[in-house]
Amino acid sequence: MDAKDLNVVNKPVIKMDALGLACGEPAFTDDVEFKGLLCGKILWSPHAHARIKKIDVSAALKVPGVKAVLTCKDLPRVPHTTAGQGYPEPSPYDTYTLDNKVRFVGDRVAAVAAETPEAAHEALLKIKVDYEVLPAVFDTFEAMKDGAPVIHDEEDSKNIPDAKHNIAARFDFEVKNGEWFKEADHVFEHSWKIPYLQHCAIEPHVTIAHFDNSGRLVLRTSTQVPFHVRRIVAQALKIPVKKIRVVKPRIGGGFGSKQEVLEDIVAALALKTKRPVKLEYTRKETFVSSRTRHPATCRLKAGVKKDGTITDAEMEITLNTGAYGSHALTVMMCSGSHTIPMYRVKNNIRFIGRSVYTNMPVAGAYRGYGATQGFFAWECLMDMMAAKIGMDPVEFRKMNYIKLGEGSPVFKAMGEGREGVEQVITSTGLFEAIRKGTEEIKWAEKRAKYAAQSGPIRRGVGAACMMQGSGIPEVDMASATMKMNEDGSFNLLVGAADLGTGSDTILAQIAAEVLGIKTDDIIVTSSDTDITPFDVGAYASSTTFISGGAVKKTAEKVREMILEVGAKILDQKKEELRLEGGKVVAKDGASCSLSEVANTSLYYYNQHQITASASHFAHTSPPPFQANFAEVEVDMETGVVKILDYVSCVDCGTAINPQLAEGQNDGAVLNGISHTLSEEMEFSTNGTPLNASFRRYKIFSAADTPPLRTFLIPTWEPAGPFGAKSVSEIGINGPLPAVANAIYNACGIRLFDAPFTPDKVLAALKKRG
Amino acid sequence: MKNSLLAADKGFFGISAAVNGEKKELSVRNAESLLDALRRHGWKGAKKGCDTGDCGSCAVLLNGKPVLGCLVPAVAAHGGEITTIEGLGSVHNPHPLQQAFVEAGAVQCGFCIPGMILSSKYLLDRIPDPTEAEIRKALDGNLCRCTGYVKQVEAVKNAAKRLKSRG
Repeated sequence: MDAKDLNVVNKPVIKMDALGLACGEPAFTDDVEFKGLLCGKILWSPHAHARIKKIDVSAALKVPGVKAVLTCKDLPRVPHTTAGQGYPEPSPYDTYTLDNKVRFVGDRVAAVAAETPEAAHEALLKIKVDYEVLPAVFDTFEAMKDGAPVIHDEEDSKNIPDAKHNIAARFDFEVKNGEWFKEADHVFEHSWKIPYLQHCAIEPHVTIAHFDNSGRLVLRTSTQVPFHVRRIVAQALKIPVKKIRVVKPRIGGGFGSKQEVLEDIVAALALKTKRPVKLEYTRKETFVSSRTRHPATCRLKAGVKKDGTITDAEMEITLNTGAYGSHALTVMMCSGSHTIPMYRVKNNIRFIGRSVYTNMPVAGAYRGYGATQGFFAWECLMDMMAAKIGMDPVEFRKMNYIKLGEGSPVFKAMGEGREGVEQVITSTGLFEAIRKGTEEIKWAEKRAKYAAQSGPIRRGVGAACMMQGSGIPEVDMASATMKMNEDGSFNLLVGAADLGTGSDTILAQIAAEVLGIKTDDIIVTSSDTDITPFDVGAYASSTTFISGGAVKKTAEKVREMILEVGAKILDQKKEELRLEGGKVVAKDGASCSLSEVANTSLYYYNQHQITASASHFAHTSPPPFQANFAEVEVDMETGVVKILDYVSCVDCGTAINPQLAEGQNDGAVLNGISHTLSEEMEFSTNGTPLNASFRRYKIFSAADTPPLRTFLIPTWEPAGPFGAKSVSEIGINGPLPAVANAIYNACGIRLFDAPFTPDKVLAALKKRG
Repeated sequence: MKNSLLAADKGFFGISAAVNGEKKELSVRNAESLLDALRRHGWKGAKKGCDTGDCGSCAVLLNGKPVLGCLVPAVAAHGGEITTIEGLGSVHNPHPLQQAFVEAGAVQCGFCIPGMILSSKYLLDRIPDPTEAEIRKALDGNLCRCTGYVKQVEAVKNAAKRLKSRG
């Protein structure tokens, strides 16, 4: 099969929920009314590290309208992780719904439910907490030292590799083929740093916990992982899974932050009050008390021969996981597993990974998932090596990147929290992506032109290549159910969580392609743990590849059932029938409509519902590839860096919906650009956040945004549905290195510390002299 | 109209305003924002993204001009004309801007889109044939994290053409 044989897939079908959203239909978690809804609020820790000696809630309970005040004494003490991952999660069990200790400024202390926001707020002010303030530690390297404050000194947490040294996760790996750096003509060693960054989904975290008419708990919540929410809330509150229903309505963006299960506390408030309760984070709370990207220090040491062969590579990454170890192991492992295989390393490879507890906000999943931190180092070092041996950086990458049919020892050694799978590259468009990108940015011409510049304004072009995965092999699983209606339409029920990505639409396209119909004839429901079948959720770039695989299998089963009935109606052999244009068509041209098939099955003959379910998991995780190119302008007097043009060429296999795939990539790239030039969460010396607002934590607006140009480079991935691979995350990994390399091309300075603000540019220029 | 404002009862005020072309008497809380009041009365199109006037997802038109619903006190809308996204068009009869956003693929999660469409409406009311820079400036107050603004800019351009040809 080839992309040119496709009728619905690979077409810019209109996103099915777009019109309702553009018209302001009440689609999101907080857009529906619940009678008697209480307002939930949380009291957050003002201290970075403290033991709660005593909490007195008596005055808070007396505030008119207050219905419940919860402290750790009111809840079961269950160590768990908030990371919404497959079970058993590879993350440490170090989190308690409420605890007698607080570990960062913004940690949970107590929770309130009241009739009005004002009453809830007043109650928070009246909770008296007696803290024993403990010494705190904010830096990962300090935290690992002997004698540093121990953040998880409790006895009952589990799977912490070295609590005394605040190590939440570690992983080391080595391939040794001879003496280290023996063959290298040049050896490089540098460290790159990424600060605290926040997802900034425009819809804050919000959940409404209520009860159905038999008293079951229903969580209507802004989540990427409905099934993990059900499981983890059941675990944390010690209630059976069957007593919980999780409903995911439309979601206002997630980017990984909503892969985190924070719904336990509002569920506890509802269970206590027997009333519906809403907990909506403020923007400040979203910044501080939801999740962030892992700040990282990535030391990379590599050797290169004069001919361009990379001889050895040692990567040491130290991630700050903050107060809890959510995603501590897996993000750390992905920082290596998604980056090291990108280029052939001839002799020795070593990876040293640590995720470290500090008294800082909690890091979690964030689009890119470690690869963003890893590629910043790798792609800058690639540029440095190329410069040293006098090779064009693009040619150097072309020489070394992983080719079709090639594997890497890293694929097998490093999975997500455990061993990975062996795999070779079964599709790649990287060569064409580089070709297209160099042409669009006018690489050769501009590299030559910008080689000798003077004056206060300098221009430069820079490149970066990257890869990601498509789901987690032999971990992620998705399933789907379809059923046929009288008019030849279908319900498609998926656990896959569309959080604004358009997955409902692309999954409908996959089903429609199999069934020879249009997406208009498919009604998609996602996701409701009572109604839709299981899916791990929207993360790890898995939905198109894994959930898409499940939908394709489901539709194929349904197709067989339709053909059975069609064969009876047409009195023909099933094998000679096909589905086309909403009909069952025979070789001789005879046909019957899908509506006839549905009515026959439902009402006339051998009555049955045409319906099927199927599940899918994968043995490999085919990487998408990208080549990115940035053109920048550096003002040598002010240090301001401006991006003039940004080109990203994307191999995501078959783009199921090119328009949505472009949109995914544009968004990922802009988020990466915003990381590169602007974003950084700032803290006081005692760990208090200083810029937890959109006013002071600047994300790019329409007017700030440089020209972004996304080009899809079609390939066909044999393991993917209709040749598809993932697209959602990879684009965020490019801007940091591509822009850093462009700045070097413009004015000869290397920047190792994101974001590239004018003060850092000026300091580097001054240092260079 | 003056009297209803003075008849504050238990922290509630009555205000009258035309919402999406219909005259309404609305009870609003003391110090309640226009955003909260609209949402409480059932207009859910304006969203709360920050509540500090920084993200623009709460934008509505007050007397034809975009305002940040989270910063404007509801009482300030007394006697005014409010247009929310619901007043611009519906799924049954969308406004050309809504249609253009949908067709261009500009709607990803959609949370910022109502505000963005209303900002675009104000732009096209004043400048029927805007340049790209004018479009970007008009959308500057509406933050979006899903997209690169590429398709929204394209949508506004397309809507401008469509509205122009419609006269």
